[in-house]
Amino acid sequence: MGSATMVCMAARVLVVEDDPASAEMLAIALRQAGFETAVVGEGTKALPALRELKPDLVVLDLMLPGMSGIDVCKAIRAESGVPIVMLTAKSDTVDVVLGLESGADDYMVKPPKTQELVARLRARLRRIEADPAERLTIGDLAIDVPGHQVSRDGTPISLTPLEFDLLLALARKPRQVFTREVLLEQVWGYQHAADTRLVNVHVQRLRSKVERDPEHPEVVLTVRGVGYKAGTSR
Amino acid sequence: MRPLAGRATDGLRPSAGVASELAAIFGAVWRRSLKVRVVSSTVVLSSTVVLVLGMVLQAQLAQRLIDSKTQAALAQAENSRGLVESELGAVDPTSASLAGRLTTTVDRLTNPDPTGTPAATTNAGAYEPVLVDGGGPPGVAGTGQEIGPLEDVPSVLRSAVERGAFAYKITTVRRGSTSVITLAVGMPVASAGRTMQLYLLFPLTAEQRTLTLVQSTLVLGGVVLLVLIAGIASLVTRQVVVPVRQAAEVAERFAHGHLDERIPVVGEDDMARLGTSFNEMAASIQRQIRQLEEFGELQRGFTSDVSHELRTPLTTVRMAADLLYDSRDKLHPALHRPAELLVSELDRFEALLADLLEISRLDAGVAELSAETVDVRVTAAHAAASVSAVANRAGTPLELALPAAEVLAEIDPRRVERIVRNLLTNALDHGEGRPVQLTVAADSEAVAVLVRDHGIGLQPGQQDLVFTRFWRGDPSRDRRTGGTGLGLSISLEDARLHGGWLQAWGEPGWGSAFRLTLPRSRDTVLTGSPLPLGPDNAPGDSPRQDTPPAPDTAVPAGPGRQ
Repeated sequence: MGSATMVCMAARVLVVEDDPASAEMLAIALRQAGFETAVVGEGTKALPALRELKPDLVVLDLMLPGMSGIDVCKAIRAESGVPIVMLTAKSDTVDVVLGLESGADDYMVKPPKTQELVARLRARLRRIEADPAERLTIGDLAIDVPGHQVSRDGTPISLTPLEFDLLLALARKPRQVFTREVLLEQVWGYQHAADTRLVNVHVQRLRSKVERDPEHPEVVLTVRGVGYKAGTSR
Repeated sequence: MRPLAGRATDGLRPSAGVASELAAIFGAVWRRSLKVRVVSSTVVLSSTVVLVLGMVLQAQLAQRLIDSKTQAALAQAENSRGLVESELGAVDPTSASLAGRLTTTVDRLTNPDPTGTPAATTNAGAYEPVLVDGGGPPGVAGTGQEIGPLEDVPSVLRSAVERGAFAYKITTVRRGSTSVITLAVGMPVASAGRTMQLYLLFPLTAEQRTLTLVQSTLVLGGVVLLVLIAGIASLVTRQVVVPVRQAAEVAERFAHGHLDERIPVVGEDDMARLGTSFNEMAASIQRQIRQLEEFGELQRGFTSDVSHELRTPLTTVRMAADLLYDSRDKLHPALHRPAELLVSELDRFEALLADLLEISRLDAGVAELSAETVDVRVTAAHAAASVSAVANRAGTPLELALPAAEVLAEIDPRRVERIVRNLLTNALDHGEGRPVQLTVAADSEAVAVLVRDHGIGLQPGQQDLVFTRFWRGDPSRDRRTGGTGLGLSISLEDARLHGGWLQAWGEPGWGSAFRLTLPRSRDTVLTGSPLPLGPDNAPGDSPRQDTPPAPDTAVPAGPGRQ
């Protein structure tokens, strides 16, 4: 959806990082890239800062004193769909999946390349544009695209922006089978093939919200060995 | 006991098929059960002893019975001879009344007078007398008269008695339809000038009855004794076998990973010693396993800590370097190159750190396989795409030969892609700019990825060395991709994590080939590879078609020619 992007030039980024040097450097690099930045050094201060600053994006270190990044992430998710990009020193599958499952939209293993980090953050801030009246169905769900609303039988279902984008990408081309790589490119904005675990985890999170029975999905179907596709509209 | 055994044998042989079946079952039970073996051997040995004992006892008893009967009979015979001699002594040998006298005498032998000496009802029991007139003195012909059943007297005895001997013999006589064992005693009787023979036939019916009774008592006693012995043997064996079986069960559970299993130790006997020793061994094994587990945990924790501790400052350095590099135009020209070097060496440092952490994770056995069913062609193509930039820069054509149909396999796509990427960068590094081929093939059980280059190849013996950590084929060679020297060892470990093989082949001047073979499902054990390793896949390519391919087993650990 490259044609439909819009970059917020003055997007506010909340950096949650305990290492002062690292936090300072992150702030410098992000400011250099045109973001407004705020830094908190403790997990417990993240939530008050979030409420106060209402950032467009959160960069979160996974290992924090006081309250772990995972817990912070869960706490943020409980009250906000703000995009969260996690920075982690651990690249074990367990740690990555745990971080993603707690609600992060994307993650980067330390040390990130500055350019790549900025590109990822921009991708998370980018919104998919839509026709004012575009309405889609997927499975037994109705999607109000301009209103960013998904509902089943009139009952709204709350999705994070990323989950909404993922569902929308599938719903717009109901006959197409999406490989994980294509989804990474279209939804996450990755230029190169990256970690497909991102897709797996987010499909699971999405299913847990939109499927009647996540064990037997009807909205987001798995195509074995290939990827995912939209369920038949009803 | 013999008839019994005979019947048992007959029972085992109703037909050949059933017999062999029974034999097989018995054989199996015999092999498996110590108890059955001990009890059966005890019973077999005891039966032999009881049988021999019984036969000796019976023979002894029979002998005693016959001896005492014989003595009584001989005593009776002496009496009878006295009686007969006194009755017939005065009779005229030539008298015609001889026959009458004879009959009277025999009657007196059978029915003694009330005051007379005991006759047919003595200690020796009832008897039948036979009196034969064997003829007169020389010159006087015998009348040949006989009283009683002479035909029952054996001829051997008769001829002995006729010669004047006092003899006896055991014989069988027929009485009606039954045959009776009889003791026949014969003696010559001296009468007035005549030689007569007196025979007494003592039926041994009573003795035989006694013997039969004794026999059946012996058989019954023997059987009861055997049953008792079998029971005792069974009980005694149980005392040994039950603890042994318990120990075996405990050992099996222990082997299945229940490391807390112990044998209950009671008393101080041999079984208790076995239990104590086993428990000590179990405790020792458990201790060592715990230590290894702890070591693994430590290693994992250490890996994780190092990872975090190194990566956090590295983040700062990395971003600072990136910032310097991005704004190098504003720097003094003399600082341009240092900024570039800083960034590129940081890349190398990161790669090395990542590889070191990965190999330590693999060593610690904490690496996890996130297997999913994917199309291996896609994974291989990704790997190829990720090195295409390097290939272009090196001017090396990258040729892909992928099957037309999808190749689904249960693999960890990240690890497999990393393996193929490693093999490809390796081939590009050593391919001398000549084409590098990437081939994927599959059969029902396995999928193979072959990376073939036509560069410098491998010296003999280097097929294994390439997997050694930090090993470099030729230290003087420049390295285009700046590998860490750990790539192939990580790839080998990754292949093993999948239960797969990673093998190398190479000939100096003819290039080298690396073949990754992976089972298509997690529970398959590899038996072969769908692709040949070696020069065969490129005919006319090698000067030596008979070059042996690398052994079909995963080569020992060791990486590193990236």
